[in-house]
Amino acid sequence: MTFENEHLLPGQVGHFFVLLAFVASIISTIAYFKSFKSQLENEKQSWLRFARGAFFIQAFSLLAVFACIYYICSQHYFEYLYAYKHASKELEPKYLLACIWEGQEGSFLLWALWHCALGIVLIFTAKKREAPVMMVVNTAQIFLILMLLGLYFFNVRIGSSPFVLTRNELNLSSAPMFIDSKTNLLRTDYLRFLTDGIGLNILLRNYWMVIHPPVLFLGFASTVVPIAFAFSSLVTKDWGGWVKAALPWTLFSGCVLGTGIMMGGKWAYESLSFGGYWAWDPVENASLVPWLILVAGLHCMAIFNATKNALRASYLFIILAYLFVLYSTFLTRTGILGDTSVHSFTEAGMAMNVLIGIYVLAISAPVLFLFFRNYKSIPSLQKEEDISSREFWMFIGSLILFLSALFVISITSLPVYNKIFGTHLADPQDREFAYNKVLVLVAIIIGLLTGASQFLKYKSTDNKYLIKKLSWPLGISVAATVLILFLYPIEYTKKGPGFLVAIYLAFFASLFSVVANAAYLKSVLKWKLKAGGAAIAHLGFALMIGGMLISSGNKKVMSDNSKTGLFIPFDKDPTGRATENPMENLTLLKEVPTRMGDYTVTYMNDSAASEKTRTFYNIHFKRVDSATGKVKEEFTLSPDSYKMKDNNLTSNPGTKHYLTHDIFTYISTISVSNTESDTTTYRPHEMAIGDSVFYSNGYYVLNGILKNPSNERFNFSPTDTALVADITVYAQNGTQYKAYPALTIRNQELNLINDTVTTQNLYLNFSGLADGGKKFKVNSKETDKLTDFITLKAYYFPYINLVWLGLVIMSCGFIVSLISRVKAAKPAAYVSIGLVLIALFYMFLLANN
Amino acid sequence: MKTSSIIILVAIAAGIGALLMYSVDFSTYDTIGSAKQKQGQYVHLIAKLDKSKPIQYDALKDPNYLSFYAVDSLGNSTQVIYRNTKPAELEQSERVVLKGKMQGDIFECNDILLKCPSKYKDDKKQLEKTVTQH
Repeated sequence: MTFENEHLLPGQVGHFFVLLAFVASIISTIAYFKSFKSQLENEKQSWLRFARGAFFIQAFSLLAVFACIYYICSQHYFEYLYAYKHASKELEPKYLLACIWEGQEGSFLLWALWHCALGIVLIFTAKKREAPVMMVVNTAQIFLILMLLGLYFFNVRIGSSPFVLTRNELNLSSAPMFIDSKTNLLRTDYLRFLTDGIGLNILLRNYWMVIHPPVLFLGFASTVVPIAFAFSSLVTKDWGGWVKAALPWTLFSGCVLGTGIMMGGKWAYESLSFGGYWAWDPVENASLVPWLILVAGLHCMAIFNATKNALRASYLFIILAYLFVLYSTFLTRTGILGDTSVHSFTEAGMAMNVLIGIYVLAISAPVLFLFFRNYKSIPSLQKEEDISSREFWMFIGSLILFLSALFVISITSLPVYNKIFGTHLADPQDREFAYNKVLVLVAIIIGLLTGASQFLKYKSTDNKYLIKKLSWPLGISVAATVLILFLYPIEYTKKGPGFLVAIYLAFFASLFSVVANAAYLKSVLKWKLKAGGAAIAHLGFALMIGGMLISSGNKKVMSDNSKTGLFIPFDKDPTGRATENPMENLTLLKEVPTRMGDYTVTYMNDSAASEKTRTFYNIHFKRVDSATGKVKEEFTLSPDSYKMKDNNLTSNPGTKHYLTHDIFTYISTISVSNTESDTTTYRPHEMAIGDSVFYSNGYYVLNGILKNPSNERFNFSPTDTALVADITVYAQNGTQYKAYPALTIRNQELNLINDTVTTQNLYLNFSGLADGGKKFKVNSKETDKLTDFITLKAYYFPYINLVWLGLVIMSCGFIVSLISRVKAAKPAAYVSIGLVLIALFYMFLLANN
Repeated sequence: MKTSSIIILVAIAAGIGALLMYSVDFSTYDTIGSAKQKQGQYVHLIAKLDKSKPIQYDALKDPNYLSFYAVDSLGNSTQVIYRNTKPAELEQSERVVLKGKMQGDIFECNDILLKCPSKYKDDKKQLEKTVTQH
């Protein structure tokens, strides 16, 4: 049976390339294995060439698959389920990429594409380790492509193809309009009725959705390289050599994954109404944990490079980092998190879950097994490290990072225990505090370690030197902390004095680390930044932690009703108990100024956006000096929300950015439009220019009729046909309001644009001419329905920019280290650092501000 | 890496382990019936909105007061008070996870997680419903 207007070719081409890529990845793995096993140099080389060829074919095929999906989505071929689910006609073209990686299949494809890019770099740089390293990369590829296969083996569908057809997947015949009444089958022209797709989830329509997933997936994908190097050394029994080769890759991975995670935080802060950048959500934790372990591994590798210590720990951490990357994939994609995460996904299906489960263990478990089997043979120094040596404290730091990762993942894995043991455990009452109270201690230790250890030397350090170098940074940071204590105290008292002290200690430790690392760059390195990657990264990290402490510690809810005194808490609680919950939402009536903290806020009006369901709410903020009456600060924020068919409201915040703080608002409720249910009708009036009409609370005057005006309400061009009544409303209390009801003719259709004076509940409507053009029909109605309102939440985030600045500095530190490790040529080094710095600085600190 | 360092490491590990044990007081998933037995204890209820009873929310009067009734799979019902704005999709939700404490006959809720059909693109039944609406 053929159907009209279907475009089956791109899907067939795409599916062919998925199969080709799958076969090529298997062939490439086998060829690399053969090359690795060959004893003869000739044979080795020929297998190697063959394997490379297969890998290039695979990379090309995956690009072709991506191109096919892109084509299908961009052409709105809704006969494909993928396009139907993720694309829609109103979606702006800039989100086309985003809708590709919104889906499970598209994001696996993205991951696989990054493996290809990394693999190509490895082919040119891995030298004698190429064969075993690429065996691992290819094995990972086999699994990722398997997820896109969608082939049946023994009645079980393996993977899910992005090229399946809507009519095959969905039971369209359940809807009468798709049925041919003669044959009772799907009508051949069914596509005529399948005119639009669901489109990208509204929550995800943000430029971060375009940039965050590729960066995060590059971070995930790149963790395969260090474990591949570890594998290569385990199979060749060349115990230590891999570390030097894998170190730049580990730096790269740490940089990209860390940046990717914080991009997610910045996104959450900027556009999602969670009220912050980090909420210890399982999905966030799942990507943080591998990063922590990877960084622990990175430090152990650096120790080994300098002293030959910590080789076993390097192996272990690198293997576990990869294991946890895949475990996090397992958590977020199998639907197991279900009730615990706001990012909740649904079940991907049993077969898919099993496949993901196998993938989690497919590479990491064998490598871990090899590691333990060879554990005894892996050399370790028998000599005890000196307590004043750098490596000793670096190792302690790595261990702390590793333990905190275990702590985080053990709480995050709660749904997994419930599944296995059939228990019903749930998150603690205050989830964020459960994490924060342990990790604030980690921050203290890490701050002190990253500050002091720069001045420690490998093997052992002279005490006098250490005291001399550290006394200044210590003194400065103690003084600064004391100053903060008096000038800008952290007011996070709701968890008791103990936690507050811990916050101060952590803040001091971060400050110390910032100062000490800066001092190290100055006094030891004499600003030779090339060698200062670690110091720069540590400085950035400490700045970020310090920024988090102060911005979260002093974050304030501005819309707190109990402080504005606007609402008397009546009808609060039938039992008469005091409430422990803050009243964080504030209702603003349209055009009624309301006090909020130091500000007077007014909900001015709404403005429509290009997407039909989206509305911006313009909220005016004004701060007046109470003594002089002068306006000190004035701005308008426009948070927006999408209102869906089923009343589903999705809000994006509006934020006023200052250098030192942000004022952050989002809409939590909007009034349901009451014009539809309004039963009052317009009272007709025929008015000549200059006439006045009374209403219950005053009168209004028709000043004139304007043709195609361009004023504060309308902007008509001379080619339009529009008449606007210019009306002034005089209320009893002496206030005057302007109103401009209008009528327009477009495509021979008459359109009435009514105007309202909301504070007077007065609706005005201009419906035409009367009395041969001498009079005008200006009709009015009054309603006792309440005016429009919005309910919003507003936060004050101080010094949030320190968090982003810290992250940018940390990432640059990673890059500096990376470049000095690979001994890049100078111009290339400067260009790449410059580009990374500019891009990150722009994205985190300038864009959207 | 010998005695002294290992001792320190073990001490740190033990310290963090102890903190972990001490710090995390996990809550539990409960039914309305069992939550009523655990007065004042923080629990997670998995329930459904009782559509036969009124939802009380008036943002003009007080934007931080929502009251509705929830019913669980065993048929038990309770009034729920949530001192925050009404989640817009509440009426459409198929299932709600309510976090809070039972106080007498009233569930004092401080967080609501909604399971809404509209969020799920991967649910085939839901997709079939949407496709027929075009």
